[in-house]
Amino acid sequence: MASELNVPTMAEMFASGQKPEVLFWVGCAGSFDDRAKKITKAFVKILNQANVSFAVLGTEESCTGDPAKRAGNEFLFQMQAVTNIEVMNAYEVKKVVTACPHCFNTLKNEYPGLGGNYEVVHHTQFLKQLLEEGRITMEGGSYKGKRITYHDPCYLGRANNVYEAPRDLIRKLDAELVEMKSCKQRGLCCGAGGAQMFKEPEKGDKDINVERTEQALETKPEIIAAGCPFCNTMMTDGVKSKEKEASIAVLDIAELIANAQDL
Amino acid sequence: MQYVPNFLFVVILVIGIGFFTRNIFRLRRNILLGKDVDVSDNRSQRWANMTRIALGQTKMVVRPIPGILHIIVYLGFIIINLEVLEIIIDGIFGTHRVFAGLGGLYDFLIASFEILALLVIVSVTIFWIRRNIIRLKRFFKPEMKGWPKMDGNLILYIELVLMLLFLTMNAADFQLQQLGADHYVQAGSFPVSKYISALFADMSISNLILLERVTWWMHIVGILFFLNYLYYSKHLHILLAFPNTFYGKLTPKGQFKNLESVTNEVKLMMDPSADPFAAPAEDASEPEKFGASDVTDLNWVQLLNAYSCTECGRCTSECPANLTGKKLSPRKIMMDTRDRLEEVGKIMDKNKGEFKEDGKQLLDDYITREELWACTSCNACVEACPVSIDPLSIIMDMRQYLVMEQSAAPSDLNNMMGNIENNGAPWPFNQMDRLNWSKES
Repeated sequence: MASELNVPTMAEMFASGQKPEVLFWVGCAGSFDDRAKKITKAFVKILNQANVSFAVLGTEESCTGDPAKRAGNEFLFQMQAVTNIEVMNAYEVKKVVTACPHCFNTLKNEYPGLGGNYEVVHHTQFLKQLLEEGRITMEGGSYKGKRITYHDPCYLGRANNVYEAPRDLIRKLDAELVEMKSCKQRGLCCGAGGAQMFKEPEKGDKDINVERTEQALETKPEIIAAGCPFCNTMMTDGVKSKEKEASIAVLDIAELIANAQDL
Repeated sequence: MQYVPNFLFVVILVIGIGFFTRNIFRLRRNILLGKDVDVSDNRSQRWANMTRIALGQTKMVVRPIPGILHIIVYLGFIIINLEVLEIIIDGIFGTHRVFAGLGGLYDFLIASFEILALLVIVSVTIFWIRRNIIRLKRFFKPEMKGWPKMDGNLILYIELVLMLLFLTMNAADFQLQQLGADHYVQAGSFPVSKYISALFADMSISNLILLERVTWWMHIVGILFFLNYLYYSKHLHILLAFPNTFYGKLTPKGQFKNLESVTNEVKLMMDPSADPFAAPAEDASEPEKFGASDVTDLNWVQLLNAYSCTECGRCTSECPANLTGKKLSPRKIMMDTRDRLEEVGKIMDKNKGEFKEDGKQLLDDYITREELWACTSCNACVEACPVSIDPLSIIMDMRQYLVMEQSAAPSDLNNMMGNIENNGAPWPFNQMDRLNWSKES
């Protein structure tokens, strides 16, 4: 571990009369899930290294309401949304970055109708922009030449047509990007969307994450890259169910970049 | 007596088109049983989508083999129908090949119709083989038993027969032209049927005339029959694909609509000056039902979606739930919606346009809760549909009904929602601990 993370909150910044360039929306998984917290930290390390002026809402952040909406509870969703919008509007938030495609989709598409208008980007888009602006540099490091397959999160890919930013970043690592048979527009879901993450699957003959993991394994990857904390969990579980966890790592794009630079 | 055929033709034509018109009005009435939805925005984008997706068939070729075969049948269907115009004029006025005066252009047109007809026969045969010999998996899901399976094959048989009749008619005509029979003008070029006409080399002129007339009549009667078959068949997509792609969703696939009725209530709750105990206003309407339990709770675009579905099953074959053996099939969602809507329509027909409760609804009687809860909302079905149908929106509307009207979510989801309500996260963590990660190593 290099150094302490520098994670200012909006409240602190506001108190000192500062306004960050961007709000980092951490999300529930990124805040509480042990695996996802590593993604959050990796992303913050990159932000710190690039001297990005950002802040988080910290204890003022609350669930976007996505899982409630997808479960059919529009009421709870809108309560969450209106509360979050009040907080963000009070801080005059203009731009939001998040490492969770579900938060990304909800903030970007469903908040405007309720009074929350922000420029919302996924962390892979943000990282790509930092790279293009020369604010971060990327070297393959230990990932040079590695076979990496990328799993498209539904709420980033199909839902919002973001396919290239994560792939461009993987290519920049000098890694060998290999595609699964279902990818991009036809990417297969990991099984977590639509609030499935929080319930047992319905009766069937297989779990969706196992099906998707099999597609990933067909590409003989050394790493399965993901851009979503839920996909990450599902793919990690899938790899474990195939007893491949010793040889195949499931990593977020932010982790790949942070690790490659020994952050 | 001379005008008997003309008279008969006009009668058949009027009956055929009249019956079809009646069904179109019925179709329109049923679709408009759905709730109103404003789709008057972005006209130019909508025209572009219709042109690209329906006219241009761009989403069909995502799967190249059926896509290209489908384009052949589609082009054949549209272009050969130019010939129907001539047949109708000939039928009404007793002329024969009334457009023969077009000369070289006429030869070219007839020749291209014939080549297309042959290509249609080849394509339809391959389609039949895919359905019945290769038995592609997506044609053998539980919802495809019985009528849907037969419907799919019947369409292929009808198309095959129509094309064979057309070519046989031309072959007999060509032979008659060779023999210089009265009334049969030298017109047209017959690159396909000239080979068939070799079979008729020994036939007398009167028999040839009989053959030509019989196939001519069967062909046009067959077309009118097929036109009327549409309303009862999945084949309605040949008409509805156009409005359906026009009214298709324009916003990002991940954007689900925010319910306005809920927004109003939420605003009221957040308004510190609102009196929670105030009596409803005198003129207040019944509180709106949240979500959908029957077809009339859906909007009319969703109902149009249901009639536009041609049961190809591309949605189902991409659905992660269906791929892993769950009960959910997006195609079945659309078929159920159409079946229930038809049922509601029939009840209305029986009761002078008035709907009488029949103790049934879309939820449970057609679509089970197990199907609804299997969806991951991944949009694979929406992406896969070649005519912009959105099965996901129906699933979500029905989930809303289950959760907001019936409090009937699976218990795991109730826990998740309870957590969000209490501590702002789907898991039972304290909101005050949200930033703890930044201090952990």
